[in-house]
Amino acid sequence: MHRRLSQALFTLCISLSCIAVTQAGDVQLAVAANFSAPIPAIARGFEEATGHRLVTAYGATGQLYAQIKNGAPFEVFLAADELTPAKLESEGEAVAGSRFTYAIGALALWSAQVGYVDERGAVLKANKFQHLAIANPKTAPYGLAAAQVLAKLGLSQAVAPKLVEGQSIAQTVQFVASGNAELGFVALSQVYKDGLLTSGSAWKVPAELHTPIRQDALILKKGEHNPAAMALVEYLKSEKVAAIITSYGYTR
Amino acid sequence: MPLTKADFAAVLLTFELASLTTLLLLLIGTPIAWWLARTDSRWKQPIGAIVALPLVLPPTVIGFYLLVSMGPHGVIGQLTQSLGLGTLTFTFAGLVIGSVFYSLPFVVQPLQNAFEAIGRAPLEAAATLRAGPWDAFFTVVLPLAKPGFVTAAILGFAHTVGEFGVVLMIGGNIPGKTQVASVQIYNHVETMQYAQAHWLAGGMVLFSFIVLLALYSGRSSGRSSTRVWQ
Amino acid sequence: MIWPLARRNPAIRTVAGAGEIQARFKVEHAGFTLDVELNLPGRGVSALFGHSGSGKTSCLRCFAGLDQPSAGYLQVNGELWQDSAQGVFVPAHQRAVGYVFQDANLFAHLTVRRNLQYGLKRIPAAQRRIALEQAVELLGIEHLLERLPGKLSGGEQQRVGIARALLTSPRLLLLDEPLASLDLKRKQEVLPYLERLHQELEIPIVYVSHSPDEVARLADHLVLLEDGKVSASGPLKETLLRADLPFVFEDDAEAVVDGVVTAHDQAYGLLSLQLPDSQINLRLPHGPLPLGQSVRIKVKARDVSLSLQQAEDSSVLNLLPARVVDWINVAEQAHVLVRVQVGGEQLIARITRYSFDRLQIQREQLLWAQVKSVSLLSTH
Repeated sequence: MHRRLSQALFTLCISLSCIAVTQAGDVQLAVAANFSAPIPAIARGFEEATGHRLVTAYGATGQLYAQIKNGAPFEVFLAADELTPAKLESEGEAVAGSRFTYAIGALALWSAQVGYVDERGAVLKANKFQHLAIANPKTAPYGLAAAQVLAKLGLSQAVAPKLVEGQSIAQTVQFVASGNAELGFVALSQVYKDGLLTSGSAWKVPAELHTPIRQDALILKKGEHNPAAMALVEYLKSEKVAAIITSYGYTR
Repeated sequence: MPLTKADFAAVLLTFELASLTTLLLLLIGTPIAWWLARTDSRWKQPIGAIVALPLVLPPTVIGFYLLVSMGPHGVIGQLTQSLGLGTLTFTFAGLVIGSVFYSLPFVVQPLQNAFEAIGRAPLEAAATLRAGPWDAFFTVVLPLAKPGFVTAAILGFAHTVGEFGVVLMIGGNIPGKTQVASVQIYNHVETMQYAQAHWLAGGMVLFSFIVLLALYSGRSSGRSSTRVWQ
Repeated sequence: MIWPLARRNPAIRTVAGAGEIQARFKVEHAGFTLDVELNLPGRGVSALFGHSGSGKTSCLRCFAGLDQPSAGYLQVNGELWQDSAQGVFVPAHQRAVGYVFQDANLFAHLTVRRNLQYGLKRIPAAQRRIALEQAVELLGIEHLLERLPGKLSGGEQQRVGIARALLTSPRLLLLDEPLASLDLKRKQEVLPYLERLHQELEIPIVYVSHSPDEVARLADHLVLLEDGKVSASGPLKETLLRADLPFVFEDDAEAVVDGVVTAHDQAYGLLSLQLPDSQINLRLPHGPLPLGQSVRIKVKARDVSLSLQQAEDSSVLNLLPARVVDWINVAEQAHVLVRVQVGGEQLIARITRYSFDRLQIQREQLLWAQVKSVSLLSTH
């Protein structure tokens, strides 16, 4: 009896998954720029597991917010902070209760030059650089975290004349990668892959130096009736995704 | 009015940038436009196309290449470093250079059109009246091309005021140095300070409208039939 | 006389040849070659005459230095302006030329007065040979001084252009069809001023024109240009007598006539041609040609005589019915060139003034043209 039931359930699951495949749809996804690196791997896994396809737009969180408020067709939003999703939820732009933290970002002090940044970040105190790049603290959560780190280290005043701001964390990486700034605070995920630094030198900034960079996701009103959006949120919470984002330097 | 001190500083900086850029562009653009209008060289078309590139390229492309070339490993960066100037990214001077590239066609093309409309005849008349080439340029070409210069200056200035992508790429958002009005608007939008964004953005719309209005009415009532704008 | 020859520019080399202009220009443009050698008198008006495209203006631009010939030599009354063999080329603005452009080419942004002063103030005071007031008076433009060129008629602009050129105290005055863009009335307005220049200036003038009337009225010396080459050059009257353009008044005129082969007389070796729009046949000694073949023939004016009767007893081969169109007195007064209509074509007859009077020739008169000989130019 038990056996038969499980067999029946199995058959049902198969047919359901067949239905899922035949009803496979697109999910319109808006992603904060710092999370762009893990998305291809996640999209591949999601498609394999569910048959749904991700249609992804990248941008700064504030800019994506403005677009959502003005009718952008996004169904799921992966923000770079927790404030913006909370705001969208309270403004009725999202499916209530769908908000969750999909990743906690880590900050890195990074230089494109090998050996420039030491393991403990002493290069900051030495203050021998021309330009220190950070993301705009007013618009980018990683910028805010970077400002907090500088404050905590008591260096805010000392490095202020040398700060150059990228409008997004991606642009900040560009400043450093092109050598225009010798070093900068970037998202660890941007310079980290499979548990290794991809180039240059970096200091993984200890998490206690700044408030946690919680990156929240939620389902937007436009995705309320899209089963693929629900499926994506469930998939993001899976262990498989946890492994992917860890390899890019995020935690959860 | 909810504008902050930083907003006013950004507006002031924008006008400084646009004024200096326009001045430099008139100095650089005049010989380029003159050469393009006069030459039969096989380099005319390639050079003309290069000058016109910023018309069609996204400003981010110009900004990206400027970021790379003005950086410590780039061509311009190597040059400025060897001259003891350091690198020009994140500086006002760097923005001026970027703006000069970005607005070049808006100055060169009206000038070139004006010079072409003048043609060779007045210069030949001047030569037979004992005026050397420089003499003829200053006493005949410049006065005849005046409407072209006015158009070029206005367009160069206005286009620089409206610059965003290049500044974003090479500026670094430094108040008083590289934080211009267009970037400030972007900051306001990103931080959801829409009221301030509206004041600045609305001001830009008004400014641009007034400039274009002046240009169009100046052209339709101008006594010269010189073709200065295509 | 307005001024004696101005003092020479010390930077310019002098060569033997005062009293004349020697020029050799070779210019090659796409599809056109100017290759001329000219010896012009050092004073008076030399006309460069020819059809459009003959190279007149190119030649004038070489005189002024506006175009640089690939090979060239130019000396004007002993001043060497160009000698490509020695690498000498005096740029336009250092040559003491006055240039009057076909369309005046005044500076649109300057008043007439400022236009006149433009050249004047670039001449050192010691080298000036004419005052603004004199030039203004000579060309009759006092009332125009404060106006802008755009407000002037074509004739007024041209007079200002002439005055402006004179005020540079040139050693050579160049005029490029100054009347060509003017209607008849304006031409009549400007011509007297040009004649005054001719009488009052001692400097050489080179005058480009394609109008026989202007040339006859103004020139002392005539150069005929054809396809970039000099076909004739010399004092006006001699050149007109010598040359072979039917519309310049000349002795050796000829007419070109088209016809169609209608018969061939084998016994006498004569070819018959029918003239267009008529039944009139013209015969010439020639071998046989296919019937219906179009041919072009040349009839010289001196081979055509006129008679009132159909003279059956003449040895002249062709006796054709003709109607008088008009006539031209040839310079020497002894001959008259009479143009007559024969069928659809025109011939020119060169007869003596005596005969002309005796026959009492009138327009539209019907008479007989005796054509002594004809030569075949081409078949086509």
